[in-house]
Amino acid sequence: MSEKHKDDVTGVETTGHSWDGIRELNNPLPKWWVYTFYVCILWSFAYWVVMPTWPYLTGDGWTYTKGVIGYEQRNVVTNELAAIAEGRSGAMERIATMPLDEIATDPALMEVALGAGKAAFGDNCAPCHGSGAQGSAGFPNLNDDDWIWGGTLDDIHTTLQHGIRWDADDETRLNTMMAYGRDGILDRAEISDVAEYVLLLSNQAHDGEAAIRGAEVFASQCVACHGEAGTGNRELGAPNLTDAIWLYGGDRAAIVETVSNGRSGVMPAWGTRLDEGTIRSLTLFVHSLGGGEKQ
Amino acid sequence: MTDTATTLERLAAEAVATAGASPHGEEGERYTAVNSERNRPLYESRVKVYPKLVHGTFRRLKWLVMAFTLAIYYVTPWLRWDRGPNLPDQAVLLDFPARRFYFFFLEIWPQEFYYVTGLLILAALGLFLVTSVAGRVWCGYACPQTVWTDLFIHVERFFEGDRAKRIRLDKSPWGMGKLARKAGKHLTWVLIALATGGAWVFYFADAPTLAGQFLTFDAPSAAYLFVGLFALTTYLLGGIAREQVCIYMCPWPRIQGAMFDEESLLVGYKEDRGETRGPHKKGTSWEGRGDCIDCGQCVAACPMGIDIRDGMQLECIQCALCIDACDEIMDRIERPRGLIAYDTFRNQERRLAGETPRLNIMRPRTILYSAVLALVVAIMLVALGNRTTLDVSVLADRNPLFVRLSDGSIRNGYQIKIVNKEHSERIFRVSIDGLEGAILTRPALAGEDTATVVVEADKLENARFFVSLPADLAAAIKGGEADFDFVVTDTESGKIATRSTTFRGPGK
Repeated sequence: MSEKHKDDVTGVETTGHSWDGIRELNNPLPKWWVYTFYVCILWSFAYWVVMPTWPYLTGDGWTYTKGVIGYEQRNVVTNELAAIAEGRSGAMERIATMPLDEIATDPALMEVALGAGKAAFGDNCAPCHGSGAQGSAGFPNLNDDDWIWGGTLDDIHTTLQHGIRWDADDETRLNTMMAYGRDGILDRAEISDVAEYVLLLSNQAHDGEAAIRGAEVFASQCVACHGEAGTGNRELGAPNLTDAIWLYGGDRAAIVETVSNGRSGVMPAWGTRLDEGTIRSLTLFVHSLGGGEKQ
Repeated sequence: MTDTATTLERLAAEAVATAGASPHGEEGERYTAVNSERNRPLYESRVKVYPKLVHGTFRRLKWLVMAFTLAIYYVTPWLRWDRGPNLPDQAVLLDFPARRFYFFFLEIWPQEFYYVTGLLILAALGLFLVTSVAGRVWCGYACPQTVWTDLFIHVERFFEGDRAKRIRLDKSPWGMGKLARKAGKHLTWVLIALATGGAWVFYFADAPTLAGQFLTFDAPSAAYLFVGLFALTTYLLGGIAREQVCIYMCPWPRIQGAMFDEESLLVGYKEDRGETRGPHKKGTSWEGRGDCIDCGQCVAACPMGIDIRDGMQLECIQCALCIDACDEIMDRIERPRGLIAYDTFRNQERRLAGETPRLNIMRPRTILYSAVLALVVAIMLVALGNRTTLDVSVLADRNPLFVRLSDGSIRNGYQIKIVNKEHSERIFRVSIDGLEGAILTRPALAGEDTATVVVEADKLENARFFVSLPADLAAAIKGGEADFDFVVTDTESGKIATRSTTFRGPGK
């Protein structure tokens, strides 16, 4: 410690230290600052008691002082989620129990259902069907008016509930588009001919002669599911071959591939994963996208 | 005039009485300004300012402005304005829960906040203009800090007496009398502060309802919080901090150096007339000396604790109380008024050069401010005149951009938002124009398959529409994009709103 020293110019006491002859003035901190600092120190002791603070080691490993008010961030989240669930429970319960077409005529309930449906779609469905439900090759576009298994509220609900070709669900929607080429049911020429006929059915450019030969193949192999006119059968999940929408592509190569190797896309059964209110919200949301059909 | 003589003797005696110790008067120097440049080291505790009461034109003007501004502040929330049922009848109301700002005939929706921006721009430009013409008029007369400080000083004067008495009281030891005076002052301050905070929250809720809730202690906790907050700041800023707010906290004094020039009217001491200053014995000649008798009344009156005779200073809020103080003295010593007056730097020079002082208000600076002000006013009026009670916006779906339907046609989705700012329900018909062969539909379950949209009073309605184009027409669209219009018609008034948008398809 050095002696007290006053700066000549300002008349202010210095800290008493000298660095290469330079001394630092010892101006006081503002009082309000100092007092605030003291209060903060006092508060920190209170904080140790009130809030979870100090870690300590027990026989079972590390733990910490829990604080007298029992605050925990996980509890805060749990409580907030519970509050949200409670806030909309009335609406979600009604959505889970009311007939779908009745919900559809209730604007207030629809608002909740569409909002919940949109959120659930983003969480669960968007990975395959796309964030805008626009689909992609092998995954149907849900905005359009073409439905393989039906586009009424009940149809969509069943598809969501039980999935498609989902082995774990006994009531899953199931059919088989056989692999006519791979399994040796049709030869290459027959497959080529039937593909030409399908092009004819869908009003696309085709080879007329081959199409006539293909019509015979179609009559023997395809009509059972796709129907005589090729318009499909929703009971069996057989797509309409005459329209402009193709799940796996509608050009010659894609059709040949489909006939040769078959198709068996899979959609999970959501009944075991989501609650009924969410599934119904999803149903109403998908139905509202633009292709929904009347009952 | 023995009267004048005794008054001056009394003033001198008072000055000596208060001059005893530093810093309110160095030895041999009476009425030294607390905030004078030469007396201040870099670090110093605040020295209390004891403004003395003055009488005169500007003091009267300040009383009027104070009464007027306080009246505006306290009365405005209680003004009523009938807007019909289900709407608040408060003339000025910032309704945050309902997201509306009611201002007499005007109702501002959040998306129209630019009206408020416009008002703020007008306020700023007005401030610039006034400052360039007559200095810190805002600071000296109308700023809430000035008004409330003035009010608080007056309360202080009521309980503790004028300057000399207050100085003596503060120096005297604590006793019952001092305690009673101080307690009375602080209690009154707290009451005023509470009333200030109380009036503030009335702007954000229905005033009579909230007042009733305050009386029964049923008001929302936020109301108490904000009353407390504003009471605390009023008490601290108006009662305790006072001139320090203007000197250290407010950015405006720093900005205004750029706002006025040598032709601006500023409160100033006419050095050319006042110097050489010094005590004057009654009956002696005024030859060879200035009019300033160095009585210090301008310093005593100053709420900022400065000496106006030191020239233009950052601390000076130009409240003009020193003008009143000096004029009083000039009358008594029978010299012309206006030794301290609204003056310009240029006039000071003109007088020294023997020219006639004159006022030059029409300067490029003031003309520019006025022109911009007029322009903003015009823009605001046009915007206000064109304000519609029907807002329509059309948002085309972007994911997916378009959908191919089973018959090959192409469908686009559109979100149409219709805002009805009228106080009654309106029915709108939506149609499309400019897209040959297009079909307008609404999603099957969203309501009836018609293009009619009902919007409740003061509500926004969100309607979804589909526009479909048959395959051949869609394929014919060049570049896959075609512009067309949505036409929204008010079925009752026939008012039409047209919004342009784009139809997208796969293109060729």
